[in-house]
Amino acid sequence: MSESIVRALKCRECGHEYEIQPTHVCEFCFGPLEVVYDYDKLDDKFTRELIESRPQNMWRYKELLPIDGEPKVGANNGFTPLIKADRLAKELGVKELYIKNDSVCYPTLSFKDRVVSVALSKAVEFGFKTVACASTGNLAGSVAANAAAAGLESYVFIPEDLEQGKVLGAAIFGTNVIGIRGQYDDVNRLCSEVAGKYGWAFVNVNVRPFYAEGSKTLGYEVMEQLGWKAPKHVVVPMASGSLCTKVDKSIKEFIKLGLVEDNQTAMYGAQATGCSPIAKSVKDDTDMIHPVKADTIAKSLAIGNPADGYYANKVMKESGGYAEDVSDEEIIDAMKLLARTEGIFAETAGGVTLGCAKKLIDSGKIPRDESIVLCITGNGLKTQEAVLNEVAKPRIINASLKEFDVLAAADGVK
Amino acid sequence: MKLRVYLNFDEKSVTSPVIWKLAKEFDVITNIRSASVKEGMGLLGLEIEGETSIVEASARWLEAQEGVHVEPIEQNVIEG
Repeated sequence: MSESIVRALKCRECGHEYEIQPTHVCEFCFGPLEVVYDYDKLDDKFTRELIESRPQNMWRYKELLPIDGEPKVGANNGFTPLIKADRLAKELGVKELYIKNDSVCYPTLSFKDRVVSVALSKAVEFGFKTVACASTGNLAGSVAANAAAAGLESYVFIPEDLEQGKVLGAAIFGTNVIGIRGQYDDVNRLCSEVAGKYGWAFVNVNVRPFYAEGSKTLGYEVMEQLGWKAPKHVVVPMASGSLCTKVDKSIKEFIKLGLVEDNQTAMYGAQATGCSPIAKSVKDDTDMIHPVKADTIAKSLAIGNPADGYYANKVMKESGGYAEDVSDEEIIDAMKLLARTEGIFAETAGGVTLGCAKKLIDSGKIPRDESIVLCITGNGLKTQEAVLNEVAKPRIINASLKEFDVLAAADGVK
Repeated sequence: MKLRVYLNFDEKSVTSPVIWKLAKEFDVITNIRSASVKEGMGLLGLEIEGETSIVEASARWLEAQEGVHVEPIEQNVIEG
């Protein structure tokens, strides 16, 4: 099965269609473009059996991704564990809880490896030699690593105050790291201008429609790992809001193709209170997203003017979901809760997802007796600053059994 | 040149005739491509065409307007 079912780029606002090309804005109304497919062309050939016969990576669903033939970049990326989180479920007082653990996504420990491998594969198809991104951190590392492995030149633009782990996690790959004085939204604005001038493939600017499609693989995997079932409730972190819309799209595609039954899946979005323009719009029951100045420790979600906010808002409302936000303190508590109960060290965005899920469950927005999937999208080793002073320091003793005996006795160990 | 921007208006600026003022102040062609105004907020997709220095000056003027958030659209600087 090699024929692409990609039909066009389609404007989400006016519906105008364009040939596949590196652009993401409608020439008519300036609305965002999205990849659309001719699903009928799959003609019942895209089956569970076919997917299961393929290697365990995100490309087992390649027919539903906007690439021609085989991936050019990131051939081994994706397919992360879905964990039945019974200890955390007990703590939250829910019956059936799963964690989609993209904190161990290959190769850079965040779900960005999914989107970047699609974006860079497409960039290579288009003939670009230099790739770039505006990033809150995870994306920078992923672009740098995947570009290095593919022999592409790369530039990554980040806010200058980013966590050390994320700066290092990009620089090690030999990329050009450019720190911008300002917030992510300032970085993004600059990159819009750079993309227009330098003719590079900016993964989240001119190749964004292709990039965003990579997020769907997270949803496909969840459904396959649940035994070809759509979950009842999914909680995702929101920065631009793209992940929320693409997981929803993945579920609708699988239903359309007869791979899962419609389970009336509700989508829920999680944000940090210090940067919650989408959550606020849902809570205020409006579809207008007011830009904000971000102020939160969840830097990977600190996008004050989210590009897909309007569409994420719509997905949550139409699916019967909701949005929530949590304070920095609640984020840290949730990071510790996840680590303590399930042995998963998530980055601050993971704390946002779990913290918001807890609130949504406690408030009755998510029922306690139905299946819930929490999407953990990044690794805690990259945001150590957030919890550095929140965990117990090592107790130092000499290499003496006597000293350890004293310590053990104090702990009540027998 | 042509410059393409998204403009975001807050509840104070949404009732102000910003585009009219822009056209009075600068010798540019303003072309509204999309617009949405509701609930004390406005969104506008705008194309500004003219001499490069004047277009750039008009963009700086827009950014200085209270309650107006200017977001450039990538690939927006079209030399013409």
